[in-house]
Amino acid sequence: MAEQCAVIGIGQTKHRESRRDLSIPGLVRDAAIRALQDAAMTWKDIDSIVIGTAPDMFEGVMMPELWLSDALGAAGKPIFRVHTAGSVGGSTAVVAAHLIQGGVHEKVLTLAFEKQSEANAMWALSPAIPFQPQLVAGAGGYFAPLIRSYIRRADAHPDTGCMVAVKDRQHGLLNPNAHLHLDQTFEQVKGSPMLWDPIRYSETCPSSDGAVAMVLASEKHAGRVKNPAWVKGTSVRTERTFFAGRDQVNPAAGKLCAKDVYDEAGIRNPLKEIDCAEVYVPFSWFEPMWLENLGFAEQGEGWKMTMEGKTKIGGDMPWNMSGGVMCTNPIGASGMLRFAEAARQVRGTAQQHQVDGAKVALGHAYGGGSQFFAMWIVSSER
Amino acid sequence: MSEILSAPYVLEYTYTRSTGPVVGRFLESLRYEVLEGVKTADGRVLCPPLEYDEEGEPTTDEFVQLRPSGTVKTWSWVPEPRKGHPFDRPFAWALIQIDGAHNAMVHAVDAGKAKRMQTGMRVRLRWADEKHGTIRDIDCFEPMAPYLPSPVHLEYDVNPGKHYSAYLRGLQEGKLIGGRDPAAGKVYVPPRGADPTTGNPTNEYVEVPDVGVLTTFTIIRIPFEGQKLKPPYCFGAIVLDGADTPIYHLISGVPHDEIRMGMRVKAKWKPQDEWETSLENILYFEPTGEPDALFDSYKEHL
Repeated sequence: MAEQCAVIGIGQTKHRESRRDLSIPGLVRDAAIRALQDAAMTWKDIDSIVIGTAPDMFEGVMMPELWLSDALGAAGKPIFRVHTAGSVGGSTAVVAAHLIQGGVHEKVLTLAFEKQSEANAMWALSPAIPFQPQLVAGAGGYFAPLIRSYIRRADAHPDTGCMVAVKDRQHGLLNPNAHLHLDQTFEQVKGSPMLWDPIRYSETCPSSDGAVAMVLASEKHAGRVKNPAWVKGTSVRTERTFFAGRDQVNPAAGKLCAKDVYDEAGIRNPLKEIDCAEVYVPFSWFEPMWLENLGFAEQGEGWKMTMEGKTKIGGDMPWNMSGGVMCTNPIGASGMLRFAEAARQVRGTAQQHQVDGAKVALGHAYGGGSQFFAMWIVSSER
Repeated sequence: MSEILSAPYVLEYTYTRSTGPVVGRFLESLRYEVLEGVKTADGRVLCPPLEYDEEGEPTTDEFVQLRPSGTVKTWSWVPEPRKGHPFDRPFAWALIQIDGAHNAMVHAVDAGKAKRMQTGMRVRLRWADEKHGTIRDIDCFEPMAPYLPSPVHLEYDVNPGKHYSAYLRGLQEGKLIGGRDPAAGKVYVPPRGADPTTGNPTNEYVEVPDVGVLTTFTIIRIPFEGQKLKPPYCFGAIVLDGADTPIYHLISGVPHDEIRMGMRVKAKWKPQDEWETSLENILYFEPTGEPDALFDSYKEHL
């Protein structure tokens, strides 16, 4: 890369089921101002803006980048939108990083948002299209059969999904910005109703309103803050939803994306060289599935790391210290929240959910039918 | 026989009230859907206007127009309205501070349910259809929602394309059509223009039987807006014999707790005279009763 890129400002809203106190412009503005303050910058300092949100049907907004340009101080500046379904928050940050690394801009504001309370994601994900029966019931309906396949293939302990949910909710209690603050027991999670067998109610993410923003800067400007998070690797990969022989449980695009981001960051063994990770886990069973997909565990072994408590804060490989998507899910922002939380860890600003001495962290997002992937590795060292 | 004599008696008379220069002007303005407050000598605004403020000072002849909205300062729910009440349905009496005024007005809030009432809530004024220059020219106040409905309506013509149309026309005749990649040999059901892994066209159509393996499934127990089926129902991925991609359909004709990965299933068709160009010609898939397929035989389809 021609230029180094660092995260020097991070801001997020308080996430809630409904932020009816704020319009969508007000919501993105709130996150953006917090990020600018964190970076010791004003609107004037920003060269360009890269914004991401989930598919148009989720909010019924066609061109948010035009609608929100005033709220984001974009008059007279380049602003554009990135559009990769649930992984969008991650790929938006990657595009913003590339603008710095490619030497196009020096200070980029990147931002992602979702106001689920204004819409109905279940409806948006379950269209009744002509010529075919309406079968799929939201994201859970799509992913539940894949989870069943994982459990069978890995011969996984059936309690793994409940363990992840309890762990992530405990982490979420440490994060004042998280939407859900639930002190849940294992019994409560396991006793919650089956929504999409084998996914229980408490094994799913909530629907949230929220936004997150980051200020990315070139090396020249990174010195504005004393603790920048350096972007050591970025990667985006995609595959088709359906093709013969597709491994939907452990998708090739995810494996290739992980390999690419590790290669760029010089990581050979993620389990040893990464201190913690924020990974897109919207249904708790995706933690063991992604542990394997991202190379933290051998195929079929991911659930053991979870059951052994290794993914808790204080464990060998903490995952989703912020409570993750299981506690906060403004869909379009969920991926960028992972990237931002990874950066907070290596900046040492994660407060109560800080992993002691975290130097290298992975941020991860996925979307669509497990087909869009975006990742970055950030480090406290340049 | 009652010892006490009793007879109904109604005392009713319409008095004539002089409204004076301040309240009179306020009420007259209401006829024109104008809400006014009066200024006090020390510069405060009172709405409803008073001739004399609480200090005993006369108010001025200076009026200001106010926005027809305000904030509920306190309220009392009326679960069973009485004769003479503004509504025959439950409502709240409330003290409402009009925006820009220093005092508060007693009026009705048409909130529908008590749980929608909250001290501090924002309300907007609703004008009566007919005006008579009285306080009832204000029909009531209603909760001000900080959001509004934003309908979206898009109309499409769905053209399923050449290959999917061949599949649908097959269904109309009770056949399941796939498309084969002649080089890699993979059979896509439904057929598509090309095999995405090789880029080869899948122009060679093959018919596959309506029997196959249920590779994986879920039982939907969650209701949602626009849902056509009543939960719980099971849907799963079925790899038909000779196909290399699954189709998704309902699994029925078997108790949910007996549905298994690897179960052999067969299509249950609608009566032939109801067949159309739709996968809905198949009502669901049901077990054939054959032994389950071995995991190794379908694991590459997961």
